[in-house]
Amino acid sequence: MIDFELSEEQQMIRDSVGGFAREEIRAAARPADESGIIPPELVAKAWQFGLVSGAIPEQFGGGGDARSAVTGAIVAEELAFGDFAIALHVLAPRLFAFPILEMGTDEQRAKFLKHFCGADFAAATAAIMEPRFDFDLTAMQTIAKRDGAGFILDGIKCNVPLASESNNILVYAATDAGKGFAGVDAFIINRNARDAPGVTISEREKNMGLKALATYELTLNDCRVDADARLGGDKGIDFSRLMSESRVAFAAMGVGVANAAYEYARDYAKERKAFGVPIATKQAIAFILADMAIEIDASRLLIWEAAAKLDKGGDALKESYLAKNYVAASALKITDNAVQVLGGHGYIREHPVEMWLRNARGLAAIDGIATV
Amino acid sequence: MIDFELEPQVVNRLKMYRMVSEQMMRPISRDCDEHEHVKPTQFYESMWSASAMAEVQVGNDKDKAGDGAKADAGPKLRNLYTVLSTEELCWGDAGLFLSTPNAGLGGAAVMAAGTAEQKERFLKRFREGKPKWGAMAITEPGCGSDSAAVTTTATRDGDHWVINGTKIFCTAGEMAAEKSEGFVVVWATVDKSAGRAGIKPFVVEHNTPGMDVVRVENKLGIRASDTAAIVFDNCRVPFDHLLGSAEVKREGGFKDVMATFDATRPIVAAMAIGVGRAALDFVRDFLKEQKVAIRYGISPRRLTTIERDFMEMEVQLQAARLLTWRAAWMLDLGKRNSLEASMAKAKAGLAVTLITQKAVELLGPIGYSRKHLVEKWMRDAKINDIFEGTQQINMIIIARRILGYSSKELN
Repeated sequence: MIDFELSEEQQMIRDSVGGFAREEIRAAARPADESGIIPPELVAKAWQFGLVSGAIPEQFGGGGDARSAVTGAIVAEELAFGDFAIALHVLAPRLFAFPILEMGTDEQRAKFLKHFCGADFAAATAAIMEPRFDFDLTAMQTIAKRDGAGFILDGIKCNVPLASESNNILVYAATDAGKGFAGVDAFIINRNARDAPGVTISEREKNMGLKALATYELTLNDCRVDADARLGGDKGIDFSRLMSESRVAFAAMGVGVANAAYEYARDYAKERKAFGVPIATKQAIAFILADMAIEIDASRLLIWEAAAKLDKGGDALKESYLAKNYVAASALKITDNAVQVLGGHGYIREHPVEMWLRNARGLAAIDGIATV
Repeated sequence: MIDFELEPQVVNRLKMYRMVSEQMMRPISRDCDEHEHVKPTQFYESMWSASAMAEVQVGNDKDKAGDGAKADAGPKLRNLYTVLSTEELCWGDAGLFLSTPNAGLGGAAVMAAGTAEQKERFLKRFREGKPKWGAMAITEPGCGSDSAAVTTTATRDGDHWVINGTKIFCTAGEMAAEKSEGFVVVWATVDKSAGRAGIKPFVVEHNTPGMDVVRVENKLGIRASDTAAIVFDNCRVPFDHLLGSAEVKREGGFKDVMATFDATRPIVAAMAIGVGRAALDFVRDFLKEQKVAIRYGISPRRLTTIERDFMEMEVQLQAARLLTWRAAWMLDLGKRNSLEASMAKAKAGLAVTLITQKAVELLGPIGYSRKHLVEKWMRDAKINDIFEGTQQINMIIIARRILGYSSKELN
């Protein structure tokens, strides 16, 4: 039955995570963007919300909460309202933990999930993107070939968050090229002590935005893994579903950034005077702000619809794809307009809006670096 | 708990509207569009007698009007349900939807401003006898969206009001005023010095002397629906035809009336969505026939132009639909929804204008041809960006609310 209201629990999560993001993440955002360093204390504090451990079953030391894509979207949006890059950093372990939780074998779950239930931030990640303009999730060029009982992986990945500090990396590769989503599998690479054979991690990547997020290129050259490294064992994974979850989370972050930019521009427009009146009293500015408000709500509803479908176990490939592409466009337009509303002040780095514009552009360029 | 799934019971009921659309509207769509002022009387009769009438009668609240049995059988979220059924019927034909005999906006005004006794007295007719129409006359040649500027006057004369003025763009005005036993709710000022507080609604019965339909407009689209210009020349109506109280208060009155838009704007948005979905469905079927696949999930950089355009149409429609559902749902829960209703209306009007225009473009000569309905849907869709508050008026309402500005501060 149609319902637009958050559950009480979701409301509570939204308030607590949102409060933290508004106060503490936001304050750290600009210095982190300039220095490329996210304060470990901030990450530790975020970790205390149980962003990863909450959903891990009690038997592995987690909170045992039911996983929900809607709740995940709410959390992602709130965190990214504080800062997109920091949100991606603190949620990065989900890229590894949640696919294992959802699709791993019993052995894989028992072996890895407990790592995420300690008091300290446990870095982990996934390698999905490849450094090509036409990179396509359904046509990966990273290949996993059977080799006896195990597999040999070859290919180049990029935009891998926290690759350097993660011992556990989930690498996605085509096991059956030409089969689209169905032909993709994931492999657990444990690069203990950084000497996993065949795995090379580049220098930290330099991107236009999301500069506080450490990402790396990862090269797989004749990288051999055992059979039990394949996520889900013989039955493999539902890659389409994982990507739908990722798109929902990533898009939700886009709404968070857009909302940050909207609120900032709105408040600025009410303060800033021109011709003796606040610029917000001019239709040219007021209509831009009204359009932002509409598009933020529309974007959020599209995301929630896709998420709710995922929560019911449905196939939300289409909904999440359309929602993510919609937000990639709407968040860019909104953050761009925020710069426009601030004029020259929007262009200088004293205000955060130029950073939000750079961050929002990443939505259209990147896929699969967020997981609900 | 966030949920966007319709209950099976609702889905089933919507199928009934789909049948009406397919069997009673689509077959006469083209003909009604080509013969603008010819009335599809058989359609009127069928719609009137159809049991579906209960829900079609926008603004005619059966619960309050005393016909509880039917309403009890329906879904609890009645504004949401009205929005859903409106979309379904406008998928059939928006012009015919607007021309369907019912209390219409006149009924909505009675419901919003009338006393319990007035509701019963004026709305009873829509549950019996021959097909009837209700209409609302608010726009004047000198004031459109600035509806507080009405110059039509109502002067007290003993037990009567005497109304003078000219109204235009009155939907179903001809049917309500002259061609059925309906009525027109006309907005007129009883005290010009009081500004908007002096503007009151009056029920003018069909064929009341002094009320004359002077013109029925020729339009770009929704041609099956009559849009009338009505002149009131010393038109006398009984005193108790003023809806609600005659007292001129600083607050209330006109403000309450503007609140009726909170209920009607989601419906207009739903009309737009129905037309947009008709165009989208046509394009989808067409592409399927031509074996053009739409590939969801691949890199957006590998999509063809047709895929991109189609997906854009699809998601714009869904964005508008979700905003519309939300606005109606809020109303059902008794929440104030002016902001959300205007958002839905503004988004839907614009989105569907673009979607239908894109449909014509995508199909080339086939889209432009009057052999198919796509070009008609583009013409029909445009009105949704205009009536019930233009795109721009709704943007002003949204802007005022998000900025916390009065109409003086942002105009």
